[in-house]
Amino acid sequence: MTRAFFALLARDLRLAVRLGGGGGMAVFFFFVVITLLPFGIGPDRELLAKVAPGMLWVALLLAALLTLDRLFQADYEDGSLDLLTMGLLPLELIVVAKALGHWLTTGLPLVVAAPLLGLMLNLPGEAYPPLILAMLAGTPALSFLGAIGAALTVGVRRGGLLASLLVMPFYVPVLIFGVGAADAATGGFAGEAGRQSLLLLGAVALASLVLGPLGGAAALRANLR
Amino acid sequence: MTISELSLSVRDLACERGGRLVFDGLSFSLKGGEALVLTGPNGAGKSSLLRQLAGLLDVAQGVVAFEGGDPELSLGEQAHYVGHLDALKPSMTVMETVSFWRTYLGSIPEGADTALEALGLAHLADLPAAYLSAGQRRRLSLARLIAVPRPIWLLDEPTVALDAASVGRLVGLMTSHLAQGGMIVAATHLDLGLGETRGLRLGAEAMA
Repeated sequence: MTRAFFALLARDLRLAVRLGGGGGMAVFFFFVVITLLPFGIGPDRELLAKVAPGMLWVALLLAALLTLDRLFQADYEDGSLDLLTMGLLPLELIVVAKALGHWLTTGLPLVVAAPLLGLMLNLPGEAYPPLILAMLAGTPALSFLGAIGAALTVGVRRGGLLASLLVMPFYVPVLIFGVGAADAATGGFAGEAGRQSLLLLGAVALASLVLGPLGGAAALRANLR
Repeated sequence: MTISELSLSVRDLACERGGRLVFDGLSFSLKGGEALVLTGPNGAGKSSLLRQLAGLLDVAQGVVAFEGGDPELSLGEQAHYVGHLDALKPSMTVMETVSFWRTYLGSIPEGADTALEALGLAHLADLPAAYLSAGQRRRLSLARLIAVPRPIWLLDEPTVALDAASVGRLVGLMTSHLAQGGMIVAATHLDLGLGETRGLRLGAEAMA
């Protein structure tokens, strides 16, 4: 069963790298949004520094949403998902493997890109460590919660928009606590509020690791039959 | 594959799709080493029956019982299903595809070569699936049957897009699977020449 799990994970990573679709597209989108932002807001460095954590998080969230719809749909459309369910791996673990693959190819590259883009927004130096830590804790939650939305809309053509709408409310806590942990106003994680935000973000992420696979598997079961 | 005595029995099976009753009151039984060939007009429920047996479609009514296999596993986990969709990823090579299914379905990481040879795909091993012809794609999805030993084969129109030589090869593989005590349920319009097979005609009364 472990072998099957890693075979599926390795296949997903390989496909993501070869197609260059998912992760690359998300990072590029992230880059475009953050590049355009100073043009829209104007070159006020004080203001940019103030909105930087929030804007980085919002752009990251949108970039992650953009890649969600193909999480199960590609496998559903070509019949692979049927065969995956006929293996010995429980559907819950199939969802874990796919969500983990999504995080490794989309969430992690976004976290790596975030500090570079932070420079463009004049993000204060002391905000980098808490921001990156918060993103490392928060992005798995995006993949695992997103898996529920992707599983619910697996049979819907152009289901991406619907998945985004379904998942959006669940992303709100990640956004609030993520920004809270990195916000200079709360003192970053040096401050009491910042530390609490980070802990709550961790709690959301851990809960999503459990709820995502369970909810995703239930949604797939309902959709496949 | 050590198959002592397999038996599959289906009693009073019904299938419903989109609120429409496709078939009901379907019963048959099959023993290890036997093949059942499903025939019938389009929409009679041949594919639906195969999907029900594979556990991919809910059973509206009736009982599907399988004995003699691994009691820990469901019918679908002991069966191969080859349907209309070939489940191939364009960017994965022939070898990678077979190795993946071999590891995923059977936890056997090595030795995918024999499956490729059995289907005459060995010379294409390093070619991405995107460049395969329709018949080669079909052969690649059939390679799963050999790559992972499972007692039941559920085949939905397995000969589509295959040339005469490949059909012959497939029939040879099916014959040896039956000789080893395996079981085949196939929907086909073609007379495969499998020798002694049992037939089941679906939707006959709907036509009358």
